[in-house]
Amino acid sequence: MKGRVFVNIERCMACKRCVLACAVEHSQSKELFASMTEVPAPRPRVQLTQVGGAPVPTECRHCDAAACVAACPTGALSKDGQDGPVLLRAERCVGCGSCVVACPYGVVRQHTSAKRLYKCDLCIERLARDREPACVEACPTGCLSFRAPGKIRTWLEATGAVQASPGG
Amino acid sequence: MAEKARSVDRACIELMEETKNFTIGSCWDRAEKQQPQCGFGLGGICCRICSMGPCQINPFGDEPKRGVCGADADTIAARNFIRMIAGGAAAHSDHGRGVAEVFQLAAKGEAPGYGIKDEQKLLQLAMDFGVEIGDRSVQDIAIDVGEVAMGIFGSQHGPIPFLKRAPLKRQALWRELGVEPRGVDREIVEIMHRTHIGVDMDPENLMLQGTRAALGDGWGGSMLATELQDILFHTPTPTLSRANLGVLEAEQVNIVIHGHEPLLSEMIVAVSQEPEMLKKAKAAGAKGINLAGICCTANEILMRHGVPLAGNFLQQESAIATGAVEAMVVDIQCLFASLPKVAECYHTKVITTAAKAKIPGATHIQFEEHDALNTARKIVNAAIENFPNRGKVRIPDVECDLIAGFSHETINYLLGGVFRASYKPLNDNIINGRIRGVAGVVGCNNTKCTHDNDHLTVVKELIANDVIVLQTGCSAIACAKEGLMLPEAAAKHAGPGLAEVCETVGIPPVLHMGSCVDNSRILMAAAAVVKEGGLGDDISDLPAAGSAPEWMSEKAISIGHYFVASGVYTVFGATFPTLGAPGFTDLLFNKYEKIVGGKWDFEPDPLAHARKMIDHIDKKRRALGLDKAKERVLMDMAARRELEKEFEEQPAG
Repeated sequence: MKGRVFVNIERCMACKRCVLACAVEHSQSKELFASMTEVPAPRPRVQLTQVGGAPVPTECRHCDAAACVAACPTGALSKDGQDGPVLLRAERCVGCGSCVVACPYGVVRQHTSAKRLYKCDLCIERLARDREPACVEACPTGCLSFRAPGKIRTWLEATGAVQASPGG
Repeated sequence: MAEKARSVDRACIELMEETKNFTIGSCWDRAEKQQPQCGFGLGGICCRICSMGPCQINPFGDEPKRGVCGADADTIAARNFIRMIAGGAAAHSDHGRGVAEVFQLAAKGEAPGYGIKDEQKLLQLAMDFGVEIGDRSVQDIAIDVGEVAMGIFGSQHGPIPFLKRAPLKRQALWRELGVEPRGVDREIVEIMHRTHIGVDMDPENLMLQGTRAALGDGWGGSMLATELQDILFHTPTPTLSRANLGVLEAEQVNIVIHGHEPLLSEMIVAVSQEPEMLKKAKAAGAKGINLAGICCTANEILMRHGVPLAGNFLQQESAIATGAVEAMVVDIQCLFASLPKVAECYHTKVITTAAKAKIPGATHIQFEEHDALNTARKIVNAAIENFPNRGKVRIPDVECDLIAGFSHETINYLLGGVFRASYKPLNDNIINGRIRGVAGVVGCNNTKCTHDNDHLTVVKELIANDVIVLQTGCSAIACAKEGLMLPEAAAKHAGPGLAEVCETVGIPPVLHMGSCVDNSRILMAAAAVVKEGGLGDDISDLPAAGSAPEWMSEKAISIGHYFVASGVYTVFGATFPTLGAPGFTDLLFNKYEKIVGGKWDFEPDPLAHARKMIDHIDKKRRALGLDKAKERVLMDMAARRELEKEFEEQPAG
């Protein structure tokens, strides 16, 4: 499966199901109640922020020209091919935090206790098994959806959210 | 978007910097950390009733449209809503039951410190309850009244006796709808039954039971609490006092009383000025003992003793932040779980007193009704002993005078005098248009609003438009702090008509009627206005409206609904817990007017909120024909006979 998580912010109800599901997916046990007592505690890669009174889920955009990748001095961050996710190889990370500073979306984060950094991996393990990312699966309103790059615009046009560009 | 201000209260603003020292943050900090809050919960469309759930309904029209059991948004919101009514009615009524228990002990002479202070009201209640008066002693009558009062909570068949205080037309409507409460507790239990998985699914039918339980609160549990408290501690009369954190005394032992019942606080008032206590305070280095209150316990002892108000719901933490509070004594309801944690940063002792309400980290001194005076002395002693532990004191120099104590009986007296106590002057002035209408503005504070701002904006707009405002609870405290409860506020804030009436009678344009169980006083006042005549024959005919601009508790929902079910248009601010279910919301906001004559509404913008109330009042004035001057007709005998004939031809009903 290839794609990106698309956020339709008008549909966010701030239920935080995506946040919970993300933390569980990135835990050792991958089970809600067991993961709550794990050390270190699993961290969600998606966060809810408030913009102009409205809730907005923010997660990694997996940019084509990713600022975090450019900023990383050890090559721990890399883009996994065209249309692929931006991934962090923990064994190469020295915890310098350059990527945290570089990311324009504020979605690369650092554990407060350990120096380790963490970010969205687009649930590559799930994608390999043809399952959508955990946040998308958990979203009850369709605010988050998993769509193939390049098809998002066509989808938006189909839903009437944006006008079709002239000439296709 | 600019961040919303936390408070408009000057004392709160002054102490905001200090609250940064709280290890667990202030209520505003914690509210910020909760953002954004879940829309399913906010909209009432998250169901956690059975363990197949939690189920949430997609409010955008896509799947999931139904919970596992098949319930849709309207059923889920209706079940959640009437469970809120159950919670609120239970809180008020259990408070009432506590008072009834002490009343029974007092009647039997088994509760030293308590007695029958208002015999007139006891006799009135005896008549309402059908208790024989004759030449029986006050004690015997009180014992029987206590027995009947206690019985109303557990009664199975009903209808509960106070329903008879409502206008006849209203009583008939309740009978017809089948919503007369059989007993206070029974209706609350039936809500819990009907909302259990797999019982009542019909939003309209669920709401009828919600209505029955809410009426059991307003015309039952709450009214009993008010009436019995008046008999035990006397019916409030106008009294001068002060409000806001500036009432704390830098050189005295400050005891802040917070919660809802007057049972223990009355005793603290009684013992705090005993020479023995004052001597101990002096020995500890203090110049005296100062009492001040927060929330409705404050309103109770303000109404009857003029004990000053330290503040309302969102000021409970700020009070501790002054560093001047030796003891915060709490009983029941609206206590922050944070209090002991906040108090840890200062010398303040948080003392819980009710077996029903303990807080981890607080000191518990159990209130014993058989030995209440000694419980109170123990508490005052604990406060005195804590005085030498004081650190830095920062009491904001913010306070304001107010006049409180406007019970229904007092308003009756003020308007008519001793010989013909009556609501007639009020009715006449509504009819002649000097007073446009009557509004009840009540309820809590909510961190979703700028503290006090919405209360003040709504009330100022109403009085500027000649609407007289009756208040209780934390809303009353907000207006007291702003100086709206002084007669001079009429000239400053009220429209010309209302100002003229206030000046003539010598009352403020905003009347403090007491605590939140005292909303029953507003019901009685409304019934009295109808009975006085000239403004229709039911509460729903009156040019009146209700409002809770900054509500937050389940009690507010119960109050709101007994107002609606009594025929009042009732607007809530802040947020509304059914907005995720458009069908059910339409039932409450529109269809209910046809069913009970009153309806709910929601308006978070305080100015628009007040406008909606005024528009409704104008609508009712038009329906009564008060919008245009009537031609005066001289009636001769023949015309009178004609009128009588017309009257007789009307079907009885």
